[in-house]
Amino acid sequence: MERRAHYRNRVLPWLLIAPQLILVLVFFYWPTSQALYWAFTLEQAWGGGNEWVGFDNFMGVFGDGRYWSTVGRSAVYAAAATGISMGIALVLALFVDRGLKGTKIFQSVFIWPYALAAPVVGVAFRFIFSPQAGMIGSLNRIWPGIWDPATNGLHALIMVIISHAWLSIGYNFVFFLAALQMIPRSIAEAGAMDGARPARRMLDLQLPLIAPTTFFLLIMNIISTFTDSFGLIDTMTEGGPIGSTEVMVYKIYYDGFKSLDYSGAAAQSIVLMLIVITLTFVQFKWVERRIHYT
Amino acid sequence: MIERSSFFDFVTYAVMALGLVIIITPFWIVLVAASLSLPEVARVPLTLWPSSHLMENLSAAWSRADLGPKLLNTLVVAGGVTIGKITIAALSAFSIVFFNYRARMLCFWLIFLTLMLPLEVRIVPTYSIAANALLPFQALLDATGITSLVETIAGIRIELNWNLLNSYTGLILPLIATATGTFLYRQFFMTIPDELVEASKMDGSGPMRFFFEVLIPLSRTNMLALATIMFVSSWNQYLWPLLVTTDRPNYGTVVMELKALIPAQNGTPDWNVTMAGALLVMLPPLLVVAFMQRWFVRGLITKDK
Repeated sequence: MERRAHYRNRVLPWLLIAPQLILVLVFFYWPTSQALYWAFTLEQAWGGGNEWVGFDNFMGVFGDGRYWSTVGRSAVYAAAATGISMGIALVLALFVDRGLKGTKIFQSVFIWPYALAAPVVGVAFRFIFSPQAGMIGSLNRIWPGIWDPATNGLHALIMVIISHAWLSIGYNFVFFLAALQMIPRSIAEAGAMDGARPARRMLDLQLPLIAPTTFFLLIMNIISTFTDSFGLIDTMTEGGPIGSTEVMVYKIYYDGFKSLDYSGAAAQSIVLMLIVITLTFVQFKWVERRIHYT
Repeated sequence: MIERSSFFDFVTYAVMALGLVIIITPFWIVLVAASLSLPEVARVPLTLWPSSHLMENLSAAWSRADLGPKLLNTLVVAGGVTIGKITIAALSAFSIVFFNYRARMLCFWLIFLTLMLPLEVRIVPTYSIAANALLPFQALLDATGITSLVETIAGIRIELNWNLLNSYTGLILPLIATATGTFLYRQFFMTIPDELVEASKMDGSGPMRFFFEVLIPLSRTNMLALATIMFVSSWNQYLWPLLVTTDRPNYGTVVMELKALIPAQNGTPDWNVTMAGALLVMLPPLLVVAFMQRWFVRGLITKDK
């Protein structure tokens, strides 16, 4: 990893790295430390600066029953969307990896969802799942009220989760397929010689061998349910009906920018940041040197 | 394929066909709905074959959401982020990998840590900096006493202020301030053999010449991959543009405008126009991914076997 041949120069390396460092300090470290400051202070109503309140903001957040239901909902959302999306992507990648004739066409289509913005998918699926029009509408004609995400919270949550799962298939598929294709062919051949049929090889050879990628994707998917979910929820349900699709990022946005409770939103941000940092650490610990980039 | 198994081949095609249906259906519905007239799109069940109204729906969406200028804005932002990131990432990775200075690893970790928190997670703090991007420097001057020193000597109070709200810089800079590209480059630069550095040193080339004439041509694939990833992700940004642009008519991006095309609860259910808008917004990144697939896939995955 260490390089032997280096250039020697006192000023040049600093000039080269300066733009990146300045951007990172201004737009990452400074704001993040500010958030810490706000989380422990309360802005006074009549001006006059911030008052130190210790853990009061956190107590306020943690003492709020609505916050915990948001956390619970985010967990369900993360588990369901991640499970569905990774499951479908893995199955598709396993079969595409067999490399039969014409696979290339399937392969390129399976990547398409990666290119889409969450709000675009939100708008499209809102139409698809609309109880009056489009696809689901005919179901409602037969059994009135069987599907109504506009008033039924559970329906709304299912709708958002399905949209999220569909959106992430492309990304998951790319990584699964790449991992599968990196498995040396000789291993599969050896398995076949020992009499393992394709299905058996998938379960006992390929799945264990791509475990690091699976774990990496698991973490990335959970994190994406914190990030991409905003675009979906904002275009599909705006957190409703009656807060039944409100997840953590949406609540931060709502409290901070609609209710203008900056201290509360900052405290929530800190909690969310800690969760994401913990997840990332766990991932690095596990996957060690095998780092992937998004 | 290792052995012939016609049954398993059949299963393979069946599963892939099912996957194709799952992935294609939403695209197809958007395309079909965008080509229907208002009574056709309101019909239940929905027709699954395109009609002839695509052009008029596209132009309705175009004028209703004012997509012309918005597309230009989005293009400026996506282009700015892509070019900015590629440039800055290449330079900083070059500095970290090919120079030997003591703070090298510290800089590396400072940049590396930013990978952990996506913009959406730290939206509240980042927003505060957008109102005045020079706030950290002001704080630095205040803390070191330079502000009061200058005030007593020259009688001028230093007040640094750079508002990023409603500006392209505000839309672009925070998106560049992450480590994604730096790492892609660093990973690639690490694979460049030491001999190449030594050889070019022996031939008398300085670091910048080495950078421009050896590294840049060699990293073309990485650059294309990074460009694809950055273009797609910045084109698709939603939450950040929503916050920093209060002046929607002048600085709005297409993805933001899409929400305005959704039919109101009790308004005309003209989903055909909404879907036409969605089609226009999704097309550019979709084309980029379709054409750049080869490089983009290679860039997402680092093969360090």
